[in-house]
Amino acid sequence: MASSDTAPAAAQRARGLAPFLRSQMRNIAPFLTLIFLSGFFALASPSFATLDNLGNILTQVSVTGIIAVGLTFVILCAEIDLSIASIANVTGIAVAYFTLQESYVNIPNIPLPGAAAILMAILLCALLGLVNALGLTVIGIPSFIMTLAMMQIAAGISALLVRGQIAYKVPGVITTLGSGSIGGVPWIVIVAAIMLLLGHLVLTYTRFGRYVYMVGGNREAAEYSGLNVKLILGAVMVISAVCSGIGGMLGVAHFGSAQQNEFDTYLLDSIAAVVVGGTSLFGGRGGIGNTIVGLFVLGVLNNGLDHVNIDSFLKILIRGLILLAALVINVYAQRLREKAVE
Amino acid sequence: MREDRSPILELQDITKSFGGVEALRGVDFALSPGEIHGLVGENGAGKSTLMKIIAGVHTEFSGRFLIDGQETHFRSARDAHTAGIAMVHQELSVAPDLTVAENVFLGNQPTNRLGLVQWRRMAREAGEQLARFGIDVDPMSRLGDLPIGLQQLIEIARVLFSGARIVILDEPTSALSPPEVERLFATLRRLREEGTAIVFISHFIEDILRVSDTVTVFRNGRKVTETASAATSKGALIEAMIGRGGEALEHSYSDDLMLPRPSDSSVVLKVDQLSLARSLKDISFEARAGEVLGIYGFMGCGQQELSRILFGKLKPDGGTLAVEGKPKTFASTAAARRAGVALVPESRRAMLFHQEPVYKNISISILDRISALLLKPARERDIAQRQVEQLQIRPPVVGLDLGMLSGGNQQKVALAKWLTYPPKLLVLCEPTRGMDVGAKNDVINIVRDLRARGLAIIVLSTEPETVLSLADRILVLKRGALVREFKNEPVSKDRLLEAA
Repeated sequence: MASSDTAPAAAQRARGLAPFLRSQMRNIAPFLTLIFLSGFFALASPSFATLDNLGNILTQVSVTGIIAVGLTFVILCAEIDLSIASIANVTGIAVAYFTLQESYVNIPNIPLPGAAAILMAILLCALLGLVNALGLTVIGIPSFIMTLAMMQIAAGISALLVRGQIAYKVPGVITTLGSGSIGGVPWIVIVAAIMLLLGHLVLTYTRFGRYVYMVGGNREAAEYSGLNVKLILGAVMVISAVCSGIGGMLGVAHFGSAQQNEFDTYLLDSIAAVVVGGTSLFGGRGGIGNTIVGLFVLGVLNNGLDHVNIDSFLKILIRGLILLAALVINVYAQRLREKAVE
Repeated sequence: MREDRSPILELQDITKSFGGVEALRGVDFALSPGEIHGLVGENGAGKSTLMKIIAGVHTEFSGRFLIDGQETHFRSARDAHTAGIAMVHQELSVAPDLTVAENVFLGNQPTNRLGLVQWRRMAREAGEQLARFGIDVDPMSRLGDLPIGLQQLIEIARVLFSGARIVILDEPTSALSPPEVERLFATLRRLREEGTAIVFISHFIEDILRVSDTVTVFRNGRKVTETASAATSKGALIEAMIGRGGEALEHSYSDDLMLPRPSDSSVVLKVDQLSLARSLKDISFEARAGEVLGIYGFMGCGQQELSRILFGKLKPDGGTLAVEGKPKTFASTAAARRAGVALVPESRRAMLFHQEPVYKNISISILDRISALLLKPARERDIAQRQVEQLQIRPPVVGLDLGMLSGGNQQKVALAKWLTYPPKLLVLCEPTRGMDVGAKNDVINIVRDLRARGLAIIVLSTEPETVLSLADRILVLKRGALVREFKNEPVSKDRLLEAA
């Protein structure tokens, strides 16, 4: 799936199937997982393998997908962003904060025209991403800690904006994109698909994308090659925050409300989608293709467990175990590839 | 040498390939206790590959592998370690963030009954071990803060004193000063008396002849010959290595060499009163277009720091830099690159992407010249192909992952990165370290070619031969200060060593 692999892959294919398969383990394993899970749920429940349900799955993974686009960039650089869910939340709340609410909503907000509200929200998430970027590159705080702090900061801003209340109205265009549909296809699915495609194009076909892979592959070598590593790391943190913000705005429209802690589950889901898909936690390997497979694995799992008769408390444990299995495969795949290339 | 003893290690008919490239073909190899076995061969001849098989790094190969007469198959380096095999790799493998003592005892720190590390005992014993080796450092200092040559010595010391029965040294002397080499050899001879089997890989054939009992020559993945060291000569070995009369290739530099008159072409780099903490003191010099400036000094004399300052990786505490008359303070390596400065550091690992194909390695530094926004992979491959052909990089496949190339060829790739759009100033650190005669000559020719194209080139090296073979003018750096300039005068290895 990761198209950055295709060139050497072609050279390797000529030299035998086994080494090729081993080096492509990170792309193959998630795909097999997806096929296995789909097959299992299709057999276990007659309502699973239907066109309607496919639509459900797509809609269910859309917000995660939008957030995961930016996170893929970050993880490819061997960094992490733990503030994605909080930034999604605060951006969703901000766009509502700048929209005129119904009279029964008791929030001292600042109504602006729709376009201005959206602009303000985007600026807010970009600014928070910039703070992440500066902390990481200028001050030198590890991204894990920096974004942990940002997670709290964004949650704090959310709390101050809504003060425990719930806002419902967002600008019209956001409402349409978040909860409307065209020709039976939900807009949110289309937006997610466009963003994933855009992310893929940037990573695969642009100079910036190559830099992301190279910085992730060997940061020291990138620096000795005269790349501005800090600029690239800073850029991916901002990209991640903006993707989260877009996901947050559409998510609020999709859920029909903006409130505190609305996106909490999206942190784990987004990281899981990227990692389950096979993008290396050590950086430099993987891509949006992997993230898409990861999204489907997660979507099929979440949706499928609803279709089979299973203790709903057990579901949480099962998700955790699947994530663990994916992490094992992720680390193992890295080792296999290193061996193949040695 | 000691034929009365049965071999401790025996390899029969070993074949190993990477992808489609055969690195070893039907090689037999045996090692006896109390033997120092020298290995020579050009880069990519298969020496390192064979040793990595012995050390359990490469686990997939065909052929028989016997230890103490018993067939064995290592599944990891740990298995080899358990069997008493230890290796010092060509590339440093130390833990820079740990202390010297922790590195010496890596994996078997002394502990008390509760399992707690006995720091004081560890520091004392590490200090004693290193002192036997002639290294006088504070065992509690951070290893990464030491010069790279000292780090290498400490790594060698760790392996030699680990109690292994078979010790493999891959290019151990390339970063060492002559007295350090003497100490290493004395230690090797002592270990031989104690019955340790030692494999010694080196491009310094004199070293091999001096210390080893047996020499094996590799060429193109095959074992060409194996003979007693006493029964051969440098010329014979070089001939076996490269398959042609090669004596003329290696210059001994023991005689005086006349440096040309200083160039009066334009000044590309002007360094004024540069200083850095305890590493550099008031360094001032100029580098001119079409000139190779050599900077020679022993390990830890401040060369490494100087090169990093020139490329914007380190910030000096004082002093100024000017490129073509314009004062510069590089905020990043990217700024230095844009100003026309290029650096090839001494460690290949530091500037290459092992899991990426060759062409991406070559194009990375010039991507902004090739494309504005969108990548042009076909163009990148063309450019890389041209460099691969010009520098005779083997195998000539730009789509191959870099990690599959031999060390010398990787070094050429590191150089190739900067050659398509030549910089104004090229800074080369140890450009020929660990290279065989043929590859060294290739590099020398490339550098001369670049000089002819008007680049200012600075070569920093701890090997007098490297500086002498390349430089038009030589500065000697001693404990962070420039102590002597050689220009328009006779110079030799002896004179350089004397000045340093």
